[in-house]
Amino acid sequence: MPAKAKEFAAESALPASGDAPGVAVSIRGLRHSYGDLPTIQRLNLDVPAHGVLGLVGPSGCGKSTLLELIAGLQEPTAGEVALGEGLDPAARLARCAFMPQHDLLLPWLSAIDNAALALRNRGVRRGAARREAGQLFERFGLAGFERSSPAELSGGMRQRVAFLRTLVAGKPVLALDEPFASLDAITRAEMQQWLAAALDADPRTVVLVTHDVEEALYLCDRVAVLSARPARIVEEMSAPAPRSVDRDEAVTDPGFVAVRERALHTLREGTK
Amino acid sequence: MRRWVLPALLIAGLIGVWQLAASTGAIAEVLNLDPILIPSPAEIATALWDNRALVAENAWVTMKEILFGFLIGLALGLGLGFLLRPFEALRLTVYPLIVASQAIPIIVFAPILVVWFGYGIGPKLAVVALVCFFPIAVATADGLRAVDLQAVKMMRTLDASRRQLLWRLEMPTALPFTFSGAKIGVTFAPIAAVFGEWVGSDSGLGHLILQDNAQLNTARVFAAALVLSAIAIGLYGLVALAERRIVTWR
Repeated sequence: MPAKAKEFAAESALPASGDAPGVAVSIRGLRHSYGDLPTIQRLNLDVPAHGVLGLVGPSGCGKSTLLELIAGLQEPTAGEVALGEGLDPAARLARCAFMPQHDLLLPWLSAIDNAALALRNRGVRRGAARREAGQLFERFGLAGFERSSPAELSGGMRQRVAFLRTLVAGKPVLALDEPFASLDAITRAEMQQWLAAALDADPRTVVLVTHDVEEALYLCDRVAVLSARPARIVEEMSAPAPRSVDRDEAVTDPGFVAVRERALHTLREGTK
Repeated sequence: MRRWVLPALLIAGLIGVWQLAASTGAIAEVLNLDPILIPSPAEIATALWDNRALVAENAWVTMKEILFGFLIGLALGLGLGFLLRPFEALRLTVYPLIVASQAIPIIVFAPILVVWFGYGIGPKLAVVALVCFFPIAVATADGLRAVDLQAVKMMRTLDASRRQLLWRLEMPTALPFTFSGAKIGVTFAPIAAVFGEWVGSDSGLGHLILQDNAQLNTARVFAAALVLSAIAIGLYGLVALAERRIVTWR
C-alpha cells in the first residue's frame, strides 16, 4: 500500500511544488485583521514536512482565517506564511488543497467526478481523471459508489469523497477545516480512524482545524491551543502517543486522557 | 396518474355547467345579451373543427413568434445575466435600466416597434423577447450570486481557472434559477405575441381574434383562445421537461 501511495503522489504532484517529497509550513510573525478588527496576533508556527498539526480554539477565534492564510486564499496583514519555498498566495495555492467545513460536494457531479475535480481543472481528460480517482475509491472503502450522486451518499461517505477530492489534488499540504464537525459521534470516530489510516498510506503535511480536543490529540503530532480573538498560541503540546490506527485504544489510554484534560483546561483558561 | 383525475373531473364539470348554461340561454339572459354572443363549448368545438385549416395556419404564425421571440429573450436574458455577474459596478448601473424596460407598458412601446420593424414578424419577436428576457436575466444574475463562497475557495485550491469556475461551479448553480425565469418568461410569451399582433399584423391567432371579435364571431374567438392556451401549456411543458432532464440533481 505505501508503495502505491508514493507512486500516486509522484504521479499527481504539481511540478511547481519542486520541494517534494514533503513541504513544511512555516509561519513567522503573522498578523491579520479584517479592517479594524484584529483576527490573528503575532503568530509563529512550524509544521515539519509530513507533520500533522492540530489547531483548537474557541469558536470564531480565527482558526478558519488562519487556515485560509495558509492555503493562499488570504493575505497576511503583516508577517509571512511559507509553504516550502512558496511565499506569495499563488505559490501557496499551488502547494495546498483546502477542505472546507461542509463537504461541498457539487450535486451535479457524481462522487467520482467530484473527487476528480482537481485533475479535470488541470486539463486531465475525464476518462483518465476517473481512472486515477477510482484507484483511491477502492483503497479508501468507496468502491461501488463511483457513479452515485452526492445526495445518495451517507454523511460519512460524503466526507470521505470530499477528503479524496483534497488528496487527488496532489498538493503536499492539506488544510482541513473541521472536516468531521457535521457528523454524528459514531461516524466521527470512524472517520477519525479512517483519516489516520489514509494519512499513513499517503503522508502529507496537514493543518487540521477542529473544536474537538480529542480529535486533535488523536490525529495530530502536535496541537496548538489558540486563544479567543485575536488568536495567539496559548500552548503547543505534543500528541501523547504516535498516531495508531486503533482509535478506541488510543483515546482511552490514561496518558492520553491526562493530556486531553490538560488541553481542555488550557482551552478554558485561554478563552477567559 | 391519480393526481390527474380530480383536475380532469373539475374541468369536465365546469365545461358541462357552461354547456348547460349557454345552450339554455341562461348566461345570455343574466348578462342581457343576444344568445348568439355566448357560444357553448359544443359550438366552440364545432367552430374549431370547421375552421381547422384557418386556425392552424394562424396558430403556426403565432407559434413561430412565441418560439423565436422566446429564444431571443432567452439568449438576451442569459447574456445579460452573465454579463452583469462579474462586474458589480455594471450591475448596479444597468439594473435600474432593465427594471425600467419592464416598467414602460408594452402598450406604449409596441406601436413604436411597428414603426421601426414594420408589419412582419419583427415587432412581434421584439415584444415577446422584451417580455421574456427580464425574468430570465434577473433569475440568472441572482443565481450566479447564489454561488457558495466556500465552494469558490475550494475550487480555487483545486486549481480552477476563472473559466472553469464559471463552467463547473457558477453555471450549474445558476441553472435552476434560469429555468425558473424561463418558465415565467414562456408563460408571458403568448400574451406578448398576441399583443404584438394586435398592434399591427395580417395573420396570427391574435389577428384572428381581433377580426372575429369585430364580426361578433365569438365561437371562433374562443376557439382561437383555446389553441393559444394549448400552445402556452405545451411550451411551458417543454421548458419544464428540459429542466427535469438537465437539472437532474434537484
